Amino acid sequence: MKFDAQDCELVFKKQLTNTIYDLRLKNKSLAEITKPGQFVQILVPSKTLRRPISVCDVENDTIRLVFEIRGEGTQILSETKVGEFINIIAPLGNGFDIAPDKKTIFIGGGIGVPPMLYSAKQCGKNATVINGFRNQKAVILEEDFKSFAGNVIITTDDGSYGIHGFVTQPLQEYIKNADMVCACGPMPMLKNISKIAKENNIPCQISLEQRMACGVGACLGCAVAVLDENGSQTYKHVCKDGPVFNSEEVVF
Amino acid sequence: MADLSVNIAGVQFNNPIIAASGTIGFGHEYSEFYPLSVFGGISCKGTTLKERLGNPPPRIAETPMGMLNAVGLQNPGVEHFIENDLPWLKQQNTVVIANVAGSTQEDYCRMVEILSDTDIDMVELNISCPNVKEGGVQFGTSCESVGAITKAVRKYCKKPLIIKLSPNVSDIASIAKAAESEGADAVSLINTLTGMRIDINTRKPIIKNITGGMSGPAVFPVAVRMVWQVKKAVSIPVIGMGGITTWKDAVEMMIAGADAIQIGTALFTDPYSPVKIADGLNKYLDDHNMKSVTELTNTVIV
Repeated sequence: MKFDAQDCELVFKKQLTNTIYDLRLKNKSLAEITKPGQFVQILVPSKTLRRPISVCDVENDTIRLVFEIRGEGTQILSETKVGEFINIIAPLGNGFDIAPDKKTIFIGGGIGVPPMLYSAKQCGKNATVINGFRNQKAVILEEDFKSFAGNVIITTDDGSYGIHGFVTQPLQEYIKNADMVCACGPMPMLKNISKIAKENNIPCQISLEQRMACGVGACLGCAVAVLDENGSQTYKHVCKDGPVFNSEEVVF
Repeated sequence: MADLSVNIAGVQFNNPIIAASGTIGFGHEYSEFYPLSVFGGISCKGTTLKERLGNPPPRIAETPMGMLNAVGLQNPGVEHFIENDLPWLKQQNTVVIANVAGSTQEDYCRMVEILSDTDIDMVELNISCPNVKEGGVQFGTSCESVGAITKAVRKYCKKPLIIKLSPNVSDIASIAKAAESEGADAVSLINTLTGMRIDINTRKPIIKNITGGMSGPAVFPVAVRMVWQVKKAVSIPVIGMGGITTWKDAVEMMIAGADAIQIGTALFTDPYSPVKIADGLNKYLDDHNMKSVTELTNTVIV
């Protein structure tokens, strides 16, 4: 089985900020085949399209999802009660290609932070984590990362917590001793990270999002512009070819 | 257990549930959920003579009980389909339908000529795609143009020929008649309704193509009405689609006049919907003492 649509019991729910929720879904058969950087497609009652949400973590037989309320669908999802069942298609996409013994910098921006948790965990002490947020109130998962990572750096846009500025500032320093960069967050951030990685000749993997329908690679809805091996522009699809792409192939 | 099999233009389907073109690709991904034989047939992704990259993203927007798409016929081209997908599809114990799109009449003719020499079971002529600049729906919006392309393609088509109709017309029944009179073996309807959504913060259309094709439960009543009108107008089989989500929708669409149905957007909401629809159809037929699903077709009492 590569993926399946199955019901999962919501076994834990916590509100992390005004708009961000932490859900844990119990499903042994899906959890045990889920890899870092993959995502799930969540069925939201009364909505035609499922919501694609990256996997934050996998613990035993539960899949952890940390998501932000962005519209009606995620609002409805946040109102699910512990003990109720949620139908997901999982695990989807390719995930990050991680070498646990390589010094890897994991960068998350805002709601791009959760997908980096399970990914960074694979590298343990070899992981340097740089997470950027708007302000102190938006900071999430700091203790989770600190429980295993070699180094955890927080930046805030307004300086209310951690380093005042963007994730690219500490990246400029830490990339000198890194073998790999993995990142997820807003496109302008990913563009700048990719540029820095290229300047330093360090491979960089970025996780993208796109409006999506089937989630499995059939409908071709979630296209992203990429360069093919000849350097001409074509399209790949976030759900099947991604969500993780080599930063050098992505057309920003 | 009632008999769910149907015969459309001489082709035997194990059940009346067909995967709609553009929603299931060439079947590979959904075969991860179940054997593709859960479908009576599969209408493959709209295919063109040469590879098409499709439209720039975003290509998808959600709507109340539905969605818009403007994928723009992204496909690897007919030769790639014949070499890489068709042999595998033919082993899946389901009817394989090629969905054919083109920019010119010559394209359509060449495509069906090529496909006529393959193992494909049927051809569905896509003259109703709203998301490409050339071709597509321009062939499908008047009786004259539908008649002309059907007549032209018929000469080259050795396979049973389905004409897929656009709902973006004033009189779909007359268009169906035009297709029938020029040699169509069946009609399928409805393709998507042209729609548009705008982000109120940026004031930009959500879909890069500006407009897209609307599908999903919201279009179902429009589809039922059009299938009913077309069934009254033609004597060839009618394949009904548009927003079918549950087995009840499938029953309703058949009562309205459909000899078979297609499901598309429902697969996105629930990949297992064809299995549930088949189960529900079976139970409904048993409960109503019907031996065959064909007894349902065109039984609306008005």
